[in-house]
Amino acid sequence: MTTVAERPDVAHADGPRAARSRSDRMGIYLLLLPSLLPIVVLSVFPLVRGMYLGFTNARAGRNVEVSFTGLANYRELLGDELFWNSFKIGLLWAVGVTVLQFLLALGLALLLNQQLRFRGAARVLAVVPWAMPPVVVGILWKLVYHPDAGLLNELFYRVGADGLRTNWLGDFSTALPAVIIVGVWAGMPQTTVVLLAGLQGVPRELHEAAAVDGAGTWHRFRNVTLPALAPVIVAITSLDFIWNFNSFGLVYVLTAGGPGGKTMLPMLFAYEEAFRYGNYGYAAALGNVMVVIIVALLAVYLRRRLREAN
Amino acid sequence: MFGKPSRTGRTLQYVALTGYLIFLGFPLVWLVSTAFKPPRELVQLHPTLIPTNPTAQNFVQAFTEQELGRAALNSLQVSLASAVLTVLVALPASYALARFRTKLGTAALGWVLLSQLFPFVLLIIPIFLILREVGLANSHAGLVLIYVVWALPFALWMLQGFVRNIPRELEEAASVDGASRLQILRRVVFPLLAPGIVATALFSFISAWNEFFFALVLLKTPELATLPVTLARFVGIEGTARLGPLAAGSLLATLPSLIFFAFMQRRLSSGSLAGAVKG
Repeated sequence: MTTVAERPDVAHADGPRAARSRSDRMGIYLLLLPSLLPIVVLSVFPLVRGMYLGFTNARAGRNVEVSFTGLANYRELLGDELFWNSFKIGLLWAVGVTVLQFLLALGLALLLNQQLRFRGAARVLAVVPWAMPPVVVGILWKLVYHPDAGLLNELFYRVGADGLRTNWLGDFSTALPAVIIVGVWAGMPQTTVVLLAGLQGVPRELHEAAAVDGAGTWHRFRNVTLPALAPVIVAITSLDFIWNFNSFGLVYVLTAGGPGGKTMLPMLFAYEEAFRYGNYGYAAALGNVMVVIIVALLAVYLRRRLREAN
Repeated sequence: MFGKPSRTGRTLQYVALTGYLIFLGFPLVWLVSTAFKPPRELVQLHPTLIPTNPTAQNFVQAFTEQELGRAALNSLQVSLASAVLTVLVALPASYALARFRTKLGTAALGWVLLSQLFPFVLLIIPIFLILREVGLANSHAGLVLIYVVWALPFALWMLQGFVRNIPRELEEAASVDGASRLQILRRVVFPLLAPGIVATALFSFISAWNEFFFALVLLKTPELATLPVTLARFVGIEGTARLGPLAAGSLLATLPSLIFFAFMQRRLSSGSLAGAVKG
């Protein structure tokens, strides 16, 4: 660390790159090295290798011959009914969770931005689900959905709606919606906090000016708040979508993909292929397809938002 | 923000807020309540929201039952090691990132965003193969390595923000007074950076503590399993009476992150760290 010979006054000059000597640069790289090296070795390199594996017939086991097979994995994926199933469920899940999460979080953020009583308590409570490990969130909701000892069935019994009692996570028709609700619950706090921070950044003067001009609540929301919030909304919904599409732990604990594959998210499917059946190449190919899907969907979404903004 | 709403508007707002609180809060109350219920109340036909005879028995059971106790210790070891290592590695780099603009630095920060795109399955297979090659696949050391690398991008992002907040003038003043570079770092920068270091350490502790996927894939020996993996395996064991210790264990597993969030509350609500923790 002592090798950093750069004097602060040199660094202070703006556009310092030209003023930097060779030894200065060496010093900076020495400082960066302990961080960059592990990232390259255990993050960038594996990622590249993982993407490459998607074009091979790699399998589990030692001394297995790995050969390049081109697009063979992808041809197999196209004909794999289980893949199409998990792909469909993954999209339903990711879009469903992201949209519901956003709408509910926007509502909550707008409420929390008002001078309401219990606002402090609500803010704290709104963050708690975010603080829970995903596995614990899964366990928590397993307790809520439990067919005999669960909160939900008991609630229905108490209000006399006995007919609605069911095995929420075990029933073919309710499993996916039930799991989506858990996803919303788990991810809503973060989205709320981000949107709330965005709301607090909307200049007060804009609202006052609009109010003076006689704009109603809805008008001010539509024409002042929403446009000012747009960049935040685009950023958080994009991230939420990526996270949700790639999510694993929550649903693994809740249903492990069941019943009958009704909640088999792409990551669960890839996990099974890789670590139950040892089809590394095939699982990696699935990972590549997921990246392509995410990038394609984000490109469409971001371009539309961008065009709207202009 | 919308000026003074009408009386009905206010009422509607409170109704909506109550709805949110029920949705967010009820499942939590249920977890706490289940954790304090004696076995008889767990299996009774119509469970109550509040335990009639609350007991701490489940916590004792969760702790003394070898598996969960050992898993908690494993998690503690792995998370502590990850936190310390992450900070040590990130500290010099974050200083360089904050004080000097380099292409390398920009690339490192860009990686934070880009790496979010890729599903873990693309990472885990090569990582598993690499770790097996060097004999670390089924070990805490290997897991710690992965956690450090995984927490690093965000830790760098966070720490360099803290460094930026330290006025450069302080360092210059110390330099004028004849302090060496190392002295400046030790006497001026690090003490002022303490809150940032604590925050970064907590962040990497929590992300290791909560992590499930890598631990599930990498650790094959049950004795090595971390808390989330052991809890998830607990879920598979059916039997309603087991729900008590499971809930108690889950509650205990949540404590570290709750402490972290309490600590970070102000920063979180200001949105500056809003991207910090994602399960």
